[in-house]
Amino acid sequence: MKKFINTVGGYFMLLGKVLRRPDNGRAFRRQLVYEMKVLGIESLPIACIISAFVGAAVVIQFAASLSNPIYPTWITGYTTRKAIMLEFAPTMIGLVLAGKVGSRIASELGTMRITEQIDALNIMGVNSANYLILPKITAFMLFSPVIVTLSVFSALAGGWLFGMMSGAMSSYEFLDGVQLEFDSYDMFYGMAKGLVYNFIIASVSSFRGYTVTGGALEVGQASTRAVVESCIVLIAANLALTSILI
Amino acid sequence: MIEIKDIYKNFGEKQVLKGITTVFETGKTNLVIGRSGSGKTVLVKTVSGLEKATSGEIIYDGRALSAMNDDQTTALKREIGMVFQGGALFDSMTVAENVRFPLLMFSKMSSAEMDKRVDFCLDRVDLPNTHKLFASELSGGMRKRVAIARAIVANPKYLFCDEPNSGLDPQTSILIDKLIKEITEELNITTIINTHDMNSVLEIGEHIVFIYNGNLWWEGNRHEVITCDNKELNDFLFNNEITKRLKQ
Ligand SMILES: Nc1ncnc2c1ncn2[C@@H]1O[C@H](COP(=O)(O)OP(=O)(O)O)[C@@H](O)[C@H]1O
Ligand SMILES: [Mg+2]
Repeated sequence: MKKFINTVGGYFMLLGKVLRRPDNGRAFRRQLVYEMKVLGIESLPIACIISAFVGAAVVIQFAASLSNPIYPTWITGYTTRKAIMLEFAPTMIGLVLAGKVGSRIASELGTMRITEQIDALNIMGVNSANYLILPKITAFMLFSPVIVTLSVFSALAGGWLFGMMSGAMSSYEFLDGVQLEFDSYDMFYGMAKGLVYNFIIASVSSFRGYTVTGGALEVGQASTRAVVESCIVLIAANLALTSILI
Repeated sequence: MIEIKDIYKNFGEKQVLKGITTVFETGKTNLVIGRSGSGKTVLVKTVSGLEKATSGEIIYDGRALSAMNDDQTTALKREIGMVFQGGALFDSMTVAENVRFPLLMFSKMSSAEMDKRVDFCLDRVDLPNTHKLFASELSGGMRKRVAIARAIVANPKYLFCDEPNSGLDPQTSILIDKLIKEITEELNITTIINTHDMNSVLEIGEHIVFIYNGNLWWEGNRHEVITCDNKELNDFLFNNEITKRLKQ
């Protein structure tokens, strides 16, 4: 219990050092562009692929359970869209990216720690936490709306394609349902979740990487913990956000 | 000049430094020697302020580290250059970007002035035409030299080198040692070098501090090393038949 409080305290203390004005704006922007590439753009392919398959599975599931003729024909498209925008696109992709981005951040920072690169920054008088972590959090959060939007579209496209191919429903019925009563609040809701998740992933795994002590083995362990803890915090946040936002 | 007075450093229960007092003079190569694990790295990190001393005073030319506020510590750090044991070069940057980094962050130089300074420092460590290489493409000796160039680029007043020649062949080691000695004299800075290399001790040891079990066990210069009769120091330095016979 004491250890848990220390860890949480350490996390917030680190955040206190991170969330400051950068020492040097030019260096910050350069890091930001780089992180947008490695954390943002490089996450898009996996987000699209996973979303397409999840979308397909969701459609097949709904089509099967809603095949009773008492339901209107648009119901599959409609419920699929709702489920994807509200839960699957942000949360499922959040968990996947916790694995990809979380381990990357933790192992990068952990390696910098054990090879004394972080000490080298500190001794130059650079606020290393701010210099290294703020661009990661900012870049990953900036990309959140892009990731969520693309996921929604890939999931719907995957669902549409597999739904048709499996003969579960017609293209017209599906698209009709998908467009029915579109509510922009759903989009806001998905984006809000995505933003929070990306903050959690980037900050929790930065904390794990930045505070590594020891050697290569500890970097591996930190990377695993970063992923596991990001996922747990993310799922807990999902529950909280779902109850607040619905 | 850096004075340290009665420095203690604990990690939890573990006492690593047990009351070290000495003076590191300007323009001299000050060597900290001792077995691996004896606390050399911890000492130099504590002196530089990277680690906080458990107790004791560290005084930089009359300015006590413990009495400084955050701004003053940051200002002091800009007067310090440090060469880490593995070089600690930034993997994501080229050689030139590594050396340029401290200037980019803090100096008001124009881009052309920075380039000139980087060229000068890379020339100084005998590494012209390596600007575009990445750290992973360098040999051990080159990494150390880039690290030295980066440490001196912002004209430090204090230079700390943690085992600058560990992992290098004897010839390259001596070159690096001499380079650090020359730079120390040229710039008239206060230099502290951690080493467990006997060649360094005999070659550039103007002031030698021997750490044993977390205590300052012996202090002197390279001539005194040869004639001293401190048992632990002799066991540490003259540890094979040839050197034992030489000593006699
Ligand atoms: N951050 C730390 N936490 C706990 N113990 C440490 C830490 N850093 C160093 N030590 C311990 O301090 C002792 C001295 O280490 P070090 O200064 O690295 O030795 P060396 O003389 O080889 O440079 C070692 O026993 C090491 O395990
Ligand atoms: Mg060491």
